[in-house]
Amino acid sequence: MRCGDFKETYIQDEAIFQSLFVKFWLCLLFLFLLAFPFMANAYLLYVANMIGFAIIGAIGLNLLTGFTGQISLGHAAFLGVGAYTSAILVTRLGFPFWLSVPCAGLVAALAGLIIGIPSLRVKGLYLCIATLAAQFIFEFIFTRWESMTKGITGIHIPPPTIAGYAIKTEKDFYWITLFFVALAVGYARNLIRSRTGRAFIAIRDRDLSAEIIGINLFRSKLSSFAISSFYAGVAGALWMTFLKVVTPDHFPFLLSIQYLAMIIVGGLGSVLGSIFGAVFITLTPELLNYLSEIVKASAPGYEEIFVPMKEVIFGVLIVLFLIFEPRGLAEIWNRIKAFFRLWPFSY
Amino acid sequence: MDILIQVIVTGLATGGLYGLIALGFVLIYKATSVLNLAMGDFMTLGAFVCFTMLTQVKVPFYLALLLTLVAAIVLGIAVERIILRPLIGEPVISVIMVTIGLGIILKGGMYIIWTPIFRSFPQIFPPKPFNLGFAIVPSGLWWGFVFAIIGTIAFLLIFKFSRTGVAMRAVASDQQAALSMGISVRWVFALAWCFGAMAAVIGGIVIGNISGISVYMGDIGLKVLAVIILGGLDSIGGAILAGFIIGVLENLTGLYIDPLVGGGAKDVAPFFILVLILMIRPYGLFGKELIERV
Repeated sequence: MRCGDFKETYIQDEAIFQSLFVKFWLCLLFLFLLAFPFMANAYLLYVANMIGFAIIGAIGLNLLTGFTGQISLGHAAFLGVGAYTSAILVTRLGFPFWLSVPCAGLVAALAGLIIGIPSLRVKGLYLCIATLAAQFIFEFIFTRWESMTKGITGIHIPPPTIAGYAIKTEKDFYWITLFFVALAVGYARNLIRSRTGRAFIAIRDRDLSAEIIGINLFRSKLSSFAISSFYAGVAGALWMTFLKVVTPDHFPFLLSIQYLAMIIVGGLGSVLGSIFGAVFITLTPELLNYLSEIVKASAPGYEEIFVPMKEVIFGVLIVLFLIFEPRGLAEIWNRIKAFFRLWPFSY
Repeated sequence: MDILIQVIVTGLATGGLYGLIALGFVLIYKATSVLNLAMGDFMTLGAFVCFTMLTQVKVPFYLALLLTLVAAIVLGIAVERIILRPLIGEPVISVIMVTIGLGIILKGGMYIIWTPIFRSFPQIFPPKPFNLGFAIVPSGLWWGFVFAIIGTIAFLLIFKFSRTGVAMRAVASDQQAALSMGISVRWVFALAWCFGAMAAVIGGIVIGNISGISVYMGDIGLKVLAVIILGGLDSIGGAILAGFIIGVLENLTGLYIDPLVGGGAKDVAPFFILVLILMIRPYGLFGKELIERV
């Protein structure tokens, strides 16, 4: 009886779909995702879209922080750069939507390269503080460069059109989000088994050793920053196109923390973990909203406590996961899988 | 010219406060290698506790201050025991994120208890502005400066001469050696957190006194990061000197750059300085040059 992972060749070890079983469930999941918009109402589709944007951004941050080990407290800034780029391209230069998203990613990647430069000189705590500073500097630019960003009033983005068809409803947008999420997950999954991805992991584990075995630290770190920011830029552009307006208030420091929380709760250094984390962190406040509605109906006046409660629960989640399950939901998932693989003879 | 001197003096006074809060960061970092990003919320909590003592319980100011310091000690020990101890030896990101998480919890908790209303502090210092002859310092700022200096000197003396201070320095320089000399590293860790929290609450009370208190006043804690990086993460003297430098530079930015960009530059100036320092001299003015080139 098969009671473990047997990988006899490197090809097997590097395969994206590890077994027939995985392929089967992935197909099932994909079918569900395709059928989902026909079953769900507008609210559920809205939440699904938000989860999609969070997944793209979280995978980006996980590539940088989880795989390359470079801590970034400024992820929200890159989302902002992407969002503003796409908004400005669409409203000023009349770019079509499908072209503005990759452009947003590219400009964000460029910003990421610039922010990544300190990573060549400092690491750990110091890099963390440098990215924190970048976050506040970008926030300042978003607010104050009024000729470009229109300051705090923000830019209104017209609904996108693809091949003459205007994307107006949450349902239409769901397909776009699904497409980009599939692309993002597929690319990240492939990247981490390539030479570049393995170089990232080597740098995370020990940068000096990585350099000695012939990895170009300069290039790898910067490309990690660029790829991560590209993801963030795309996520930001999609998110703001979906919300139809972009203001500096959408990209506070707290958003950066939320993304870090996603990858920590989900699991550092795991693509699957980023997805789990994004779903979990996006759903928690929605669930609390739902609870507050119930409380409002049964005991009016007490629902106000849910506004700060969201923050408290968010903080508690971060702390609890770090103390009790530092490897996140992905590890819990693996444990459950391992349990059922040998069940009922687990010994 | 007059306005320039005035701005510099205000900057120096603000810098004294920055120095005090930076001291809180450095005390904790030096002993435990943890950068406590919840420091700003410790400050806010201190201000709120003192505020409640003064307005609800109606005790005199010195008693309120004493009670707030006791609260800071309790907070420091609780945080060290419950949250930081399980994370000893974990990677930097875990430790940073846990302090951020702690900050969020504290902020949310304060929001629930005290609601987000902006409040002004009851008058505790004589309201008359202080005249230095060549410049006038607003009363709150002046007394804040005095408090900050007294606090700083007290901490410095403890650190330099008392048995406790020597133990803390020993742990900072080598934990293994300190342990083998019979110093309780656990106890020093708890103590460092207490001292850090105490510095933070004094800073919080003073700042609350100057600009009023709200749940969000803790954001100033992030600005102080520029101060500790400039001073060097583990240098107490550096933190204080850098506090003055950043305070003055920030106020000068407010004077010269703000009219050009339409305001807001003053608050972001420390972060620009921060990036510059990190590029040129990451270990700061007096920090230990432990950073390896990568």
